[in-house]
Amino acid sequence: MTTAMVPSRLRPGWILGSLGLLVGAIAVAAAVGPAQIRAWDAVAALIDRLPFVALDTGLTDRQSDILWLVRFPRIVLGGLVGAMLAMAGAAYQGVFRNPLADPYLLGVAAGAGLGATFVIVTGAGLPLPVAAFGGAVLAVVLTYGLGRTVRSRSTTSLVLAGVAVASFLTALQTYVQQLNAETVREVFAWILGRLSTNGWDEVIMVLPYVAVSAGTLFLHRRLLDALALGDEEAAGLGVPVRRVRLVVVAAATLGTAVAVAVGGLIGFVGIIVPHTIRLLAGSSYRIVLPLAAVAGAAFLVAADLVARTVMAPAELPIGVVTAFLGGPFFVLVLRTTRGVA
Amino acid sequence: MKRIAGMAIAVLFAACTASTPGATTSEPTPTTPSTKAIAEAVYPVTIEASNGPVTLAAKPQAIVSLSPTATEMLFAVGAGSEVVAVDEFSYFPAEAPVTELSGFAPNVEAIAAYEPDFVVLADDIDGVVGSLTDLGIPTVQMSGLEVQTLDDVYAQIRALGMAVGHGIEAEELIVDMKASIEESLASVEPRETPLTYYHELDSTFYTVTSSTFIGHLYSLFGLENIADPADVDGASFGYPQLSEEYILEADPDFIFLTDCCGDTIQTISARPGWDDLSAIRASAVVVFDDDVSSRWGPRLVEFMRGIARAVSEKDPT
Repeated sequence: MTTAMVPSRLRPGWILGSLGLLVGAIAVAAAVGPAQIRAWDAVAALIDRLPFVALDTGLTDRQSDILWLVRFPRIVLGGLVGAMLAMAGAAYQGVFRNPLADPYLLGVAAGAGLGATFVIVTGAGLPLPVAAFGGAVLAVVLTYGLGRTVRSRSTTSLVLAGVAVASFLTALQTYVQQLNAETVREVFAWILGRLSTNGWDEVIMVLPYVAVSAGTLFLHRRLLDALALGDEEAAGLGVPVRRVRLVVVAAATLGTAVAVAVGGLIGFVGIIVPHTIRLLAGSSYRIVLPLAAVAGAAFLVAADLVARTVMAPAELPIGVVTAFLGGPFFVLVLRTTRGVA
Repeated sequence: MKRIAGMAIAVLFAACTASTPGATTSEPTPTTPSTKAIAEAVYPVTIEASNGPVTLAAKPQAIVSLSPTATEMLFAVGAGSEVVAVDEFSYFPAEAPVTELSGFAPNVEAIAAYEPDFVVLADDIDGVVGSLTDLGIPTVQMSGLEVQTLDDVYAQIRALGMAVGHGIEAEELIVDMKASIEESLASVEPRETPLTYYHELDSTFYTVTSSTFIGHLYSLFGLENIADPADVDGASFGYPQLSEEYILEADPDFIFLTDCCGDTIQTISARPGWDDLSAIRASAVVVFDDDVSSRWGPRLVEFMRGIARAVSEKDPT
């Protein structure tokens, strides 16, 4: 573990490159969609919304509504969810020093799934995102409670507790789902992931959580680098290991829970994006966290673009797209950058 | 399914004209056969079902139905008193003996515990048809997936009626249904430019295309489905999930909802961008009973009346 060999400063080229990717993805996503709106008009409508800019877009009221109330909120939500999942994935991988750790490691997905299924099945008055969020947080609290009762200083007990909680909650979720076969389609639609928006409501709802979670993770980027050396070494450097770990896990969980609440279980983003950044730009968390946020946003905006256009006017679940695009892309990066990480 | 109708009628005639091998009931008198005599004379009867030909040696006395549609058909043809158990969703008509039996996760032991001499179901899940047949229980599958037209529905009613010894009532039911549906269709004026519709299955914009049975029913009224371009190749089996922006752009003349998910004209007009859709402005939003619009049974006449009412109330343009 020689950190001196690894670049730890974020080079401006990478920032500009990833931002360019994000802007490009947003522009294309704004321009293209199942509704027959001319691409330039759509982009103009997006630019028109920027402060101090007024463009004559020549769109009908209905077209403006489609863009402003349906297409744009979905792009923004995709960006927020993608950024959040990628950052949370990177943070989990750092805290658990496990390259396979993903945002759903501690049972978030199973808990959210149970909450969502419960609401879909009972038609309870609770909004689905709130129930999914509640289930996710409950699952992680359970995992933490279980993991702590095992007297062990390693993080292994926590990961194993996560596995136990996840399988238990998944069993419960499947049971509730089987009892109510008529809502299976809705449950599966949610599990496969879908960026559904009700205008800007979801964006406004997730924004504070994403800000707190992403901000906290970003502030811990140096401590995560220290943690990567090992618990003993980090403690030797004066890092309060247990506290840092708790705060980072809590922040990543909060972010994941809110992402899952509005997007369903979108897989692969939390693993593929951080690893791609590590392979290409460097493995310091000072590089990985900010770049993962931007690249994760760009990736999910692009994936959702595919989800809503490839079969237009029908839709494909976004989880299918992330897996389909993410898997091969990741293999490509792995093969072409051998030795960097 | 057309084949079933043909087979069923052929069997009926064969039974009436030729002597039935193994039948212990007296031959119908050649002069004036009563309906009762015809109905009882057909055994053993063979009907064509989704699982192939099924032969019944005698009139069933203990029927188990795991299909809500079949339950409605059985009661409508007057076989209700022979039905001993129905699945959890067969709650129509109210007198149906609902049990905890499931058509989605069927349990052979639990079904056999009712000692049925006839089982009807819609889907052959986990090989349940084979298991029941192995137990010597005549089992008939009446699949909804094979129903493409109203004739397919009538064929299932006819075959089921034959199987349970209520063939005459089945024919009467079919005649009534045909008359009612004819009346609904006739009440709608033909239009030069077809009216368009969107049939929402749930709030994630799952819908049906014209290639489905329900879509076919709408097209009988000359309505055009906005979802048809979404599943041209049939990859979604006629049940695509639409993009919301596409629905808004297509601006259908009618929006048909089911009462599955608690949506009404109020809730959908609260969706961003939906309030100035033509269908919502013109109050051309119809909420159907989810069971009526998802079953292919006798209550289809209500569904057809609902469409007819909505379409005829629409101002001519």
